[in-house]
This record gives sequence, C-alpha cells and structure tokens, in this order.
Amino acid sequence: MTSPIAGGVDCDLHPAVPHLTSLLPYMNDYWRDQVTTRGMTDLISQSYPTNSPISSRPDWRPAQGKPGSAIADLQRQALDRFGTAYGICNPLYGVQMVFSEDMANAFCHALNDWLAKEWLDKDDRLRGSIVIPVQSIEKAVAEIERCAEDKRFVQVLMLVMGDMPLGKRHYWPIYAAAERLGLPIGIHAGSAYHNPPSSVGWGSYHIEDYVAQAQAFQTQLTSLIAEGVFVRHPALKMVMLESGFTWLPPFLWRLHKFWRGVRMETPWVDRAPLEIVRSNIRFSLQPVDAPPEPDTLNRLFDHMQSDELILFSTDYPHWQFDGDDVLPKGLSQDLVRKIMIDNPHATYGRLKEPVKETAP
Amino acid sequence: MNVQLRERPQTAPSSGVKTAIADCDIHPARATNDELYPFLAKRWHAHLETFGVHSYQGMMGGPPYPKAQPNASRRDAYPPEGGPQGSSLSFMQKQLLDPNNVALGVLNPLNTGQGIRNQDLAAAICAAVNDWQIEKWTSKEPRLKASVVVANEDGVSAAAEIRKRAGDPNFVQVLLLSRNVEPLGQRRYWPIYEAAQEAGLPVGVHAFGFGGNPITASGWPSYYIEEMVGHSQCQQTALASLVLEGVFERFPRLKMVMVEAGFGWAPSLAWRLDKVFSRLHAEVPHLKRKPSEYIRDHIWWTTQPMEDPESRDHLFQTIEWIGWDKLLFATDYPHWDYDEPSRVLPAGVSDADKQAFYLDNAKKLYGIS
Repeated sequence: MTSPIAGGVDCDLHPAVPHLTSLLPYMNDYWRDQVTTRGMTDLISQSYPTNSPISSRPDWRPAQGKPGSAIADLQRQALDRFGTAYGICNPLYGVQMVFSEDMANAFCHALNDWLAKEWLDKDDRLRGSIVIPVQSIEKAVAEIERCAEDKRFVQVLMLVMGDMPLGKRHYWPIYAAAERLGLPIGIHAGSAYHNPPSSVGWGSYHIEDYVAQAQAFQTQLTSLIAEGVFVRHPALKMVMLESGFTWLPPFLWRLHKFWRGVRMETPWVDRAPLEIVRSNIRFSLQPVDAPPEPDTLNRLFDHMQSDELILFSTDYPHWQFDGDDVLPKGLSQDLVRKIMIDNPHATYGRLKEPVKETAP
Repeated sequence: MNVQLRERPQTAPSSGVKTAIADCDIHPARATNDELYPFLAKRWHAHLETFGVHSYQGMMGGPPYPKAQPNASRRDAYPPEGGPQGSSLSFMQKQLLDPNNVALGVLNPLNTGQGIRNQDLAAAICAAVNDWQIEKWTSKEPRLKASVVVANEDGVSAAAEIRKRAGDPNFVQVLLLSRNVEPLGQRRYWPIYEAAQEAGLPVGVHAFGFGGNPITASGWPSYYIEEMVGHSQCQQTALASLVLEGVFERFPRLKMVMVEAGFGWAPSLAWRLDKVFSRLHAEVPHLKRKPSEYIRDHIWWTTQPMEDPESRDHLFQTIEWIGWDKLLFATDYPHWDYDEPSRVLPAGVSDADKQAFYLDNAKKLYGIS
C-alpha cells in the first residue's frame, strides 16, 4: 500500500444529520411548525440508502444511528487515523430534492448553522461547505454571502444531478458570488431526482444510480466548459467530489475532438478543454475506479497529463476502500504529497486564512 | 436548399489502406421521403401527409439541436444526380466503397420508425425501411449488408420483424439506438434480444435517438456539442443497464455492438461497475459474473469517431484494455465526422492487429466469409 502522510487535507467527509428534527432548533417558528404538523419525513436521498453497503464501511457503521452522525467516530476513524490537518465537511442531506424554494431555503439555512455549531465548533480541523437552496438563485446567493462571513466555510456545495445543466447562465450569479468570496464550487455525486437519474431514463437499481453518477459528472463538465463559465469566471475553481476520475482522459479526447469540429458554435471557448480542466477543475481522490495493479493506475495518471488534479479524500463514512488503503498502491511520494497537501491547499484558498470563531 | 460553395473535389484514391476493409457504420439516406411509399400501406401515406411523424421530441422536422452541417454530412458527399448525402448507391460506390477497398459495408439507417410514438406507424416504417434496404442497396451491391430496424418501444412487434428477417443473408444485425424511453436493459426490450439471439444476429446500438429523456441527468443542455459528446454518456448508461439487468445472463449467446459512441470510456466504466458490484452484488443476485466479464464477452465497438489522444501510447494502452479483437473499423459515411481509413491508426500497430481491426473482427462477428 501507499501510506498517507500526516498533515493532509481530507476533501470529502460526510457528517450526517441524525434526523430532520435535529434541524428544528435552527429553524424559525413557522418552519418548526410546518415540519411537525405536516409530519415531514427525514430527507434521505435514494442516492445513499442508509443501510446500503456503500453508504458506510462495515467497520465505520455505528451500533445505532446513521453512519457519520457522531463526531467522535469521525475524529477517530477519519481525522486521527489518517493524520488529517483539515477535513472538509460536505453534508449530503436531501435538501436539494425539495421543490419549494422557501422550504429549501429554510432547510439549507438550518443545515449550515447546524454544521457550524455541531461540527465546526467542536473540532478545529473541520471546515465546511455551504449547502445552497439551488431552487432559487437569489436565495442561494444570499445564503452563500451569509455563511461566507464565517471563514471556516471554504466551499459552496451543489449536486451533480439537478434541474438544469450546471453551465447554464441561470446559475452564474452563484458562480460570481463564489469567485468573489474565494470559495470553490464543490459538485458532489447525488441527484435532486427532478430529472431521471440517467440520460436514458430511470434504471431499476441503486447500483445503477451510483454508476450513473460518473456519466452525470461528464455531462456537467461539458456544460461548464461549453457555456463559458470559466471565460467569465477565470478564478473560479470547481471540485468534482466522489466523481471518479479515470473517465476523464477519454472524456477529454472526445470533447476536444468535437470542440475542434464545431467550435464555431461556442466561439467564446478559446482554450482547449484539457487546459480549462487544468486551470479550473479538480477531482477528489475517492472513488478510484481502476484495478488495484500499480502499473495500470500509473498509466491512468499518465493519461491525466497532470499531477495537480487530484485532491485527497476518504469519502468517510462511505465505502470506497478497506483498512488504511485510502491511497492506491504504487503512487510516488511526490504525487502523494501533491494529492494530500499541495493540491488541496492550492484549491481551497481559505484554508490559509485565520478563522473567526463565530457561527453565522 | 444547399448551396455548393466550393467546387467538389475529385474523389482521391486511397493512400494508406491497400488491403480490404470493413466499414461497420454507413448511413444510407432516402433521396426523397416518398422513396419509402412503395413499401408502405396506402393508409400510412395519408397519415404521414396529414400528421407527419409524432416523435419523442418537439420538432416536426429536423433535429432540436441544429447540426454543424446540412444533414450532419460532408459537403462533398452530395450525389451529382441530386438528393441528400448518402442517398445514391453509385456515388457511394465511387466515393466510399471503391477507393477504400470496402469488402463489407454495414448499413445503419437512422431516420426510420425508431423513436416514433405511434407504434403501428413505427412498425410500418421499420418494415418499409428494411424492404427498402434490400431493394435499393443490398440487392444491387453485394458488399453492402443491411441492419434490421425495429419499432424499439414495442418489443413484440420488434421481435416479429426480426423473426421475419431471420436467415435472410441481406441482414447482418439488428439495429437499436442508445436513447429510448427506458434504459436498454429494461424488460420491455427483452423480446428484441430474444429474437436476435435466436436469429443469430448481433444487436448494434447506435448512438442517438429520442426517448423523451433529457440528454443529461440534469435536463437539457444548450448546444449541439453537448448533445454530440453526451451520446457517449448515454451509451455508457445504456450499457450499464444491459449488464446490471442481467440481459447477458438471460441471453448468453447475444452479441452487441456499440456503434459511434466511442470506446475509450469502456475500461473506466467496467472498472467502476466491478468496484461497486463487489459491494452491491446482493442487489443484483441474477448476475453470476463480474460486470467487466459480460462486457468483455458480449460487446464489440465500432471505432468512429476514433479516440484521438495526443499520445499514441495512450490510445494503444486503452485498446489493450479492451482487446484488439473487439474493435470494428467504421467511417460513419457520409457524416461530417467521417474517419478516413488510412489515417485512423497511428504507426506502430502489428499487421495482425491491423487486419483484425480493419476487417477480420467484423467478418467474424457478422458471419461473412
């Protein structure tokens, strides 16, 4: 195995909201009443059924409650275990599935406050992502601005499958706010289920939905590049989280070929897709969709044509690897250092900034 | 009307490929729409004139994402006698088959009854297109072989059409498109696979089509380039569905060809499937083997649009992960992103691999001696 080095940045941790009622203290009277009198159920997404073998490693599954819901477990199993200096919390709570922008706004507000108080306040190593009510651009921007005052929020979080392709101009005010405030946009696996979870319709199985996340990331990259997001927002970084990355080289071969063929359609795309990816797009390490032989993996890294694209992640508590094999076999020490420390620090500018210990 | 801006260049003789090749993706077109009428019952002539074709997209005529060229085809491929690109046998012979020494050309008609909402009309047009392929193409040119097109959303009618054509040497495969009402592994499509296996015909799945689903899992994108690139993601998902639904367990002799969707993504998809399958096999107990093994044994890939990385080593490594025995050369004639046979492979391929890539894999798969 390749050993992790101390001082890494774990870019994909998933603290779990125990239940929708856990957010009640962070809601106003109206929404507290709505949740209780309407008998609203917990917002668990089909993307991650609680008891699915990939939603938690067996040895990370607590005796009671949702995996990832106890901070002591996360500290012991992820942060301490891998000598992590910073861990970025990406709550995957199904607020994106909500259809009402008002409800989504109330829930996101509560979720972000809950994260600050119940997690970030309790461990200095933890940093947060701002979950936004993407159902309303105006409210999403307001939530980014509200939370960004707390420097422990280092990223804005969106899901890879939503209402519209993420490059659409509709979303650009979100990107403008993120760029202005020095926040990368993290795009995580998962769906709002407002569209079928694949581009050919509804499959039958959970495994099918999970496999399809990789295809969704591909179409989003096409959209982000073709629409010209990074022409307008050159300083904006986007991080593909739990996306897989071994699909990237052949995806770029195809995109590059068609860009050369039909670039008259999107003349503002003035750089090759690979160059845009190098300057603006990053990927979390896990899952590594490759066979375990070091030779194949090193070939794949060679196909990536850059050692700056991958950011360390455990994807805790999801299952992606067993034991301590968070890094695939055969990586050079130089690449390990880049993945664990240099690349995340180059991506998350706010990690360098002093934090002011006040909840938003 | 299309204006010829430049003088049509003379058809150049092939430079690099001297030996015979198979072209596994040729798109024959109709010179006029009523070319199909002799093969269609009178009822449908009136229907088509009155209602047109009711499909799973909004445009009555033409594609919702305008193509980069008229008919998405080469500007030098208009036949001298008129009509759209790909509509003249004699010009196809002169421009494609003769100069490139094509020994086997597989016809994949695209504007057929597939993706039509009225299933009776879909079946009638598919049957007509199949008759038209024999009448206009394969009976007049023995190098060309046809694909059985079927009303893809009606498995029963599709299976009947396949059985009608079984054993007819004009046909070498059944043709589906990647985008349908549901992912291709779903049971509504199983009668198609059952009949194809029974007839000993591979099922080609060509990129494109309309099934009512947006071409991304996040809705409709803005540009033609997104649709073009997106077909590869549709194909990946359709293939995952075929594997995970257990189609290859149920139909162990079924062979499928992924047509015009790229092949570079195959290793990554297979690795991802294997990885999650190792944890989630309890959800799909009907699978007896690893997903990658079904893909290795049941799937072939046409080459166009050829994967084109900067480094030829990256291409060769990718092909080794898939297998030189699984690739079928294709030009996509007369479409604009046509691959020129002599330029498609970089130097450094063994003669045996070249022979397999350009001809032998296709002859073996399609049963051509």
